[in-house]
Amino acid sequence: MRILIVGGGTGGTILANNLARRLSAEIRSRKVHITMLSDSDKHMYQPGLLYVAFGQMTPDQLYRDQKSLLEQSVDFHVDPAVEFQIDKERVVTKSGETYDYDILVIATGSRIVPEQIPGMTEGAETFYTEESALKMFRKLRSIEEGTVAVVVGVPHKCPIAPVELIFSLHDYFKARGVRDKINIKYHYPIGRIHTIENVAKWAKPEFDRMGIEYETLFNVKEVDSENNIVRSEEGTETAYDMLIAIPPHSGMEVIEKSNLGAGGWIPTDRHQLTMNGHDNVYVLGDTTNLPVSKTGSAAHFEAEVVAENIASIIKIGTPVRDYDGKVYCFIETGHDSATHAMFDYKNPPDLKPSSRPMHWFKMAYNQMYWTSVRGLL
Amino acid sequence: MSDIKTIDARDTFCPGPLMELITYMKQADVGDVLELLSTDEGSGADVPEWVTKVGHELLSNEQIDGVWHIKIRKTK
Repeated sequence: MRILIVGGGTGGTILANNLARRLSAEIRSRKVHITMLSDSDKHMYQPGLLYVAFGQMTPDQLYRDQKSLLEQSVDFHVDPAVEFQIDKERVVTKSGETYDYDILVIATGSRIVPEQIPGMTEGAETFYTEESALKMFRKLRSIEEGTVAVVVGVPHKCPIAPVELIFSLHDYFKARGVRDKINIKYHYPIGRIHTIENVAKWAKPEFDRMGIEYETLFNVKEVDSENNIVRSEEGTETAYDMLIAIPPHSGMEVIEKSNLGAGGWIPTDRHQLTMNGHDNVYVLGDTTNLPVSKTGSAAHFEAEVVAENIASIIKIGTPVRDYDGKVYCFIETGHDSATHAMFDYKNPPDLKPSSRPMHWFKMAYNQMYWTSVRGLL
Repeated sequence: MSDIKTIDARDTFCPGPLMELITYMKQADVGDVLELLSTDEGSGADVPEWVTKVGHELLSNEQIDGVWHIKIRKTK
């Protein structure tokens, strides 16, 4: 049984390790072989980028060698997929190799596409890459006054990030002693300040307390970086001195080129996490078209379900679990407090007041992630 | 007339039905019709509010057995 995992992010790595342990006897007896393909020999802790943008972490703290995170029995190759041939049960890689499989897991993730919004690449700061997070930090350190505008592209990874960003901006400028000279204006695509109703209800009085100006129903149309104006699809505009964008995201090009899904999102069964019409192809994390948050947390819980089901199919011939839409999010509410949200397909999150211990737990989790991604937590 | 693309956003809290609609609206061509399915009680008002403000065409909006069926034509 050849299991091929394409993608070495949170979902793919947790899945590989979980499977390698569940199937250790079958791997030893050569009945099962697990292969992972990735585009990098490094693994990045992506939530750390927000800390880099505020000078609270340095980029080197975000990385580990991917090989060091994997069970030794996982056959790991830095050789990204360039074509999925689902009808032939085969994947072609950049090096020209072909990998045949019996079971395929696609966990290629998503990417930022600021270029879809005219002017965004040139005119806006962001923190979704190492380089851009450092650039944003330098700008945050130097701005003394004016309007800092935050805009949000759709869809985007980590839906809580826009709210966390606002809390961090408020605390950072306060610590620098310039908060009273800087107006923070938040723009959000739908008619309330966060897509989750309970988060919006909780965050609104917090924004009011911090003096955050906000405009809803604002979908970024274009950034005029010569005149420092950002315009919306809805016909409004905001003048800014510094613009921070949560950039829109897309699935990976190889998914679209292989005709697996428009926008790079693969049509996926919301409970079994199989690609629609293909029972031996699983899809994890950001790569799915599911109406689930694009977060490492969703990928983590999905990976556990897929690992248990693939192992049980091999051992007893049938899957045993459904994914219930579970997602867990820490929500940083500044530089010394946090809260959290947990929800699934049926149950909305019930937010608790923020606290220092929850922030400390998040700080601890930033290190515990490396245990988590090894499939031990 | 182009095919109607259905967006199944039932039982979702995040990213939520309207965010799902905006995602697929960006991928659609002008003239395409999208049907959003939502179990969020607020969708019956929230979605038409955005559609009207941004200038797309609301074709129908009805709740059947607890599910909102909202059809929109992309106009720009």
